[in-house]
Order: sequence, then structure tokens, then C-alpha cells
Amino acid sequence: MSNVMKSVAIAGAVAAAMTAHATAADAASKEKCYGVSLAGANDCAAGPGTTCAGTSVTDYQGDAWTLVDAGTCAEIELPAMEDGTERTGSLEALDRDLPA
Amino acid sequence: MSDQATFRAGLLDPAVAAPTGLLDGNAQEAGKRYDVYRNNVTVSLTEAMTSAFPLVAQLIGEKNFPRLARSFVRSHPPASPLMMHYGVEFPDFIKRFEPLAHIGYLPDAARLDLAMRRSYHAADTPPFDPAGFQTLSPNDLLDARLTLAPSSVILRSDWPLFDIWAYNQNSGAGKPRSASQEVLITRQAFDPAPHLLPSGAGLWLERLAAGAPFGIAHDAAVAAVPDFDLGASLGLALATGAFAVLNHKDLI
Amino acid sequence: MLDTSARFDRLPNAVGVGYKPQHFNALRADPGPVDWVEIHAENYMGDGGRPLAQLAALSEEFAISVHGVGLSIGGEAPLDTAHLVRLKKLCDWIKPASFSEHLAWSTHDSAFLNDLLPLPYTPETLARVADHINQVQDVLGRQMLLENPSSYLTFAESNLSETDFLSELTHRTTCGLLLDVNNVFISATNLGIDAQSYIDAFPTDKVGELHVGGHDEDHDDHGAPLLIDSHGKPVTDPVWTLLDYTLAQTGPAPVLVEWDNDVPDWPTLKAEAARAALALTL
Repeated sequence: MSNVMKSVAIAGAVAAAMTAHATAADAASKEKCYGVSLAGANDCAAGPGTTCAGTSVTDYQGDAWTLVDAGTCAEIELPAMEDGTERTGSLEALDRDLPA
Repeated sequence: MSDQATFRAGLLDPAVAAPTGLLDGNAQEAGKRYDVYRNNVTVSLTEAMTSAFPLVAQLIGEKNFPRLARSFVRSHPPASPLMMHYGVEFPDFIKRFEPLAHIGYLPDAARLDLAMRRSYHAADTPPFDPAGFQTLSPNDLLDARLTLAPSSVILRSDWPLFDIWAYNQNSGAGKPRSASQEVLITRQAFDPAPHLLPSGAGLWLERLAAGAPFGIAHDAAVAAVPDFDLGASLGLALATGAFAVLNHKDLI
Repeated sequence: MLDTSARFDRLPNAVGVGYKPQHFNALRADPGPVDWVEIHAENYMGDGGRPLAQLAALSEEFAISVHGVGLSIGGEAPLDTAHLVRLKKLCDWIKPASFSEHLAWSTHDSAFLNDLLPLPYTPETLARVADHINQVQDVLGRQMLLENPSSYLTFAESNLSETDFLSELTHRTTCGLLLDVNNVFISATNLGIDAQSYIDAFPTDKVGELHVGGHDEDHDDHGAPLLIDSHGKPVTDPVWTLLDYTLAQTGPAPVLVEWDNDVPDWPTLKAEAARAALALTL
């Protein structure tokens, strides 16, 4: 494509986008808050009142780590991708790969 | 070892005994009183992680996440007192975490959580003025450069990252498609939101963000994705407030 | 040296609350007795967005207290000068009526531990903390208040009382003190000392602010009560009583209600503030 053709094609796409943008501007809705407002906030309180939770040894070691339930990843089963890559995220897969 | 090095040694390692020389009010060994500090450090950091990575937490479940987070905080305590920036190593940590290695999209889910937070705290910018798009000639347009808003973040994923986010945000959303996806996070006013980018638009925006002229960025996108849709990509970027400034020597 | 350009150059002798973003609208619509708010400095060190916009709006209506929770003034290492610069930037921008930090450390070998960790009270730590306070006051160009900690244990090497330690700091640095009454009650219970005697020994003429908050109850290895400074519940009756006792010594002072965990809705926190306001009228 020549530079002239390219610049005209790009300008056309830009003009179309601008027109669509002007039309859509009025319809823009207020974005929902996705709950990041308190993420990682500092405060000066102690943790929840117990001396126990920070002292647990057994449930963090890598070789003892097992999924005790499953969140939504258990519901997300991704079939093979177009390139053939396996995309499994099922609960079976979670269990299968646990270390001995 | 200094006093504070000794005190610190056991805070994130429950296998380390409490330091000596710590007493209760009756001059007896402090014993589990030291565990209050172990608890405060470990639990407060774990709770910070839970609030900071809501998508990862939802994906693996509320019982698993605190255990994963506890493992992370013990090996990666914050490097700064700004908790708002905590957890940048979490995606790589998950990638290397053997028991979850088969859930390939988890590191990208963590990247999305991080990007949402980065966008939330990014600098404010005045609304983008697109008038220059109408005044520049087609040739000048090729040389123009676009500055992205500091709150705009581009994520390119091998996974259907936007669908995974949408499915977890709203049970009415369909299950994730089997596709790699590029996500644009933008913040209009105060609340960041992810948007699914048309194919090639992630590369296009990355080139623009790196300072490439409009024409060069377009060439790069077309070279990678022959049917790259400039109109749709630009339309989405304009509608979501991704840009800050259009720069060209002919624009004042 | 004191900043006189601030809209509020000192906190009013009235009730404040620890500010939580979820209360933004309700607090402004119906502040009740609340005249000032306290923010945790580190939560307002981003580049923009909602936190800074809310703080700017709050500062139009309320006196602001900036309360640092991450400077590690008691740390063995030199102060984090980058963090000091951030504090200065925040204070220069919002011009708070007060800046305060804690007698504690939280950073060691570049790891920030997100908790207020205890210090032995010795001449060596006194000298170090005094140096750090002087550095903070020099950089910020204003007086700071230092808060007494809540204690769960003591150090065998300590040879100064906490009240003597704090009193000496005020002489060496010209800093003021933030007297957390809940912390006094917690420490007194945990270490078997008398809370009123602690207040009696406290340099109350240096107090620029009082705190009250909720605590949790646990027990140590010997079954002795171990109170934990959780800020997750209403203020207990003994702490309100100790606040009355304290105010009788200090005279009218700014009183803050802290509630950081399991944060309640605004009417509940406002009711706590009203209870604190009552204490100020007695």
C-alpha cells in the first residue's frame, strides 16, 4: 500500500471512529466500582484478635499444599485452543496434579 | 544479630523459636505473647493480599487463597511501607507454585488484579481532547503520537483473560471462550474497568504507549494481525478514555 | 517552624474519627459531632484517583490529622528518606492540622512487616528515636506527635519506664505526644500495671491528641488476660472511664475514635463519636 493510500485509509478509519465516539459519548454510563478501593490499605490495628493464626506451620509448606475446595476455577473448563494447546482448568485437573 | 533482626526472624517463620529476653509483667518468659506479633504480621499481610487479589481469590476459593497468600507473604514481605503496591511478585510466585501449575491462567489473573490497583492509584489527567484527529491532515495523522493516560494498562494474555474476569464478576456472563485475549484497563473518574480489545489492538496500544507515531503503530498491528481493525480499536480507546494527549507539532 | 499556613493549624478540642472511604458520603451528609478526621498517611501516597480526591474534599470540611503507620521511627536502620519525602509531599499538599507517628518499628532489612513492633526502653533506643524524631521534624518543618504503643510483652534489657522514655523524648526533640488511652488500658492489663498510675506519670502537658478504640481479649500461657489492639469493636467501658480520667488531667483535647477492622456502618461509628463527645463535655 502506498503511503498516500495508507494515510487515506487510516484517516477514514479515524473519521469513522470519531463519528461513532461523538454518538456514543452521551450514552456513556457510569462505570461500576470493582472493589479495589480498599485493596492493600495500611492501618495501625493489630490483626484479628488471636495469637494463633500467624503460628500455623503445617498448612503452608509446598509439599503439603492441597486444594481444600475450589473456587470458580472449578467451573471454568477451557477446551483445547485453536492451536491445540490444552486449556484445562477443571477440578479433576486440580486433583490430578497434586504432589504425592 | 541485632535485637531487631532477632525479633524479626520469627515473625514470618513459625518454626523459629520466640526470641529470649522477652518477658511478661511478672518477669516470666513471654511465651506466646510473642505470637501476637507473628499473628499481626502474617494475618495483616495475608488479609492485604486477599483484598488486593480479588480475582485470584475468587478463582481458587476463599479457603485456598489465604493459604496461598500466607505462603507468599512469608517468602515475599513488602519491600515498601506502601501496601497499595504490595504483591508485584505474586504472578511469578503463582507460576512457580507447583500445586497450582496446571491452572495456567492464574498468573495472568493476578496480573489483572495488579493492573486494576495500579490504574486505581494512577495520576489524574484532564479528559482527552480528540479534536486534533479532525484538524490534522491524513499525512500529519501518520506522524502524530498519542500519550496514554497513566491509568491505562494493557494486558496481553495467552488465555481468555477478559472472559475469565467477566465470568467471575457477573454470573450472567458466559463461560470463558477458548481464545487468547488482550485486555485494556482504563479509569474514567475513579473506577478502573477492564475492556476486551479487538485482535491486534494490544500491540497497537503498546506501540503507541512506547512513543511510536500513529502510522508506525498501525503498521506494526497490521503486520501482526492482517485484519487489524483500526476503527474499532480507536473507537474503544476513545470510548473508554484510554488516551491522555494527542501530540503533533501542528497542534498547539 | 510551625506551619501557620494551614487552614486548621491545630486539631480542635473535639471528636474525630479514623476515616474510612466507605463512609465518605454518609460522614459528609451527617457528621454528627465529628469535627476532624484522621487518615493513615500511606494510603494517600498514590499518584491520584479516588483516595486523593476524597482527601481533598474532606479537607474542605474537616480538620485533617495525618497519622503515619509506616515510618519505622524506632527502627535500628536510618529512616527511609524516600518515605520521609513522601510524607513531606503529602503534608505540604493537604496542610494537616496534625502529623503523628508511632513509638514502634516496622521495617527491618528492607522488609516492611505491616505491624507496630516493640522497642526496649534503654538510653540507646532513646537516643536513636530522638534522632529520628528530630530528622522527621526537620524534614516536615513542623512538630510531630508520637503515640504510645500497645504492649504485649516487655524486654529484659529495658531500664526506663515507658512514661519516662516518652517524657525524655519530648525534652530532647520538642515533639508532642499522642496518648492512646486504649493502648494504655491494653498495656496495663497485659503487663500488670495500673492504668491510672500510667496516666498520672504521663507528661500530659505534652498531649496533642487522644485515641480510643476497641480491643479483643485472649489469654497468655499462664491464663492471664492478654488484650489485643484490634480496633475491630466498640470501645469498652473501662476505656471510656480511663478516657474520663485522662481528660480530667489533660483538659479538653482532640479525641479520636479508631475502628479499622470489621468497620461498621456510619451510624454505628457516629454513635461511638457521640459517646466520645460526651466525655469532652464532662
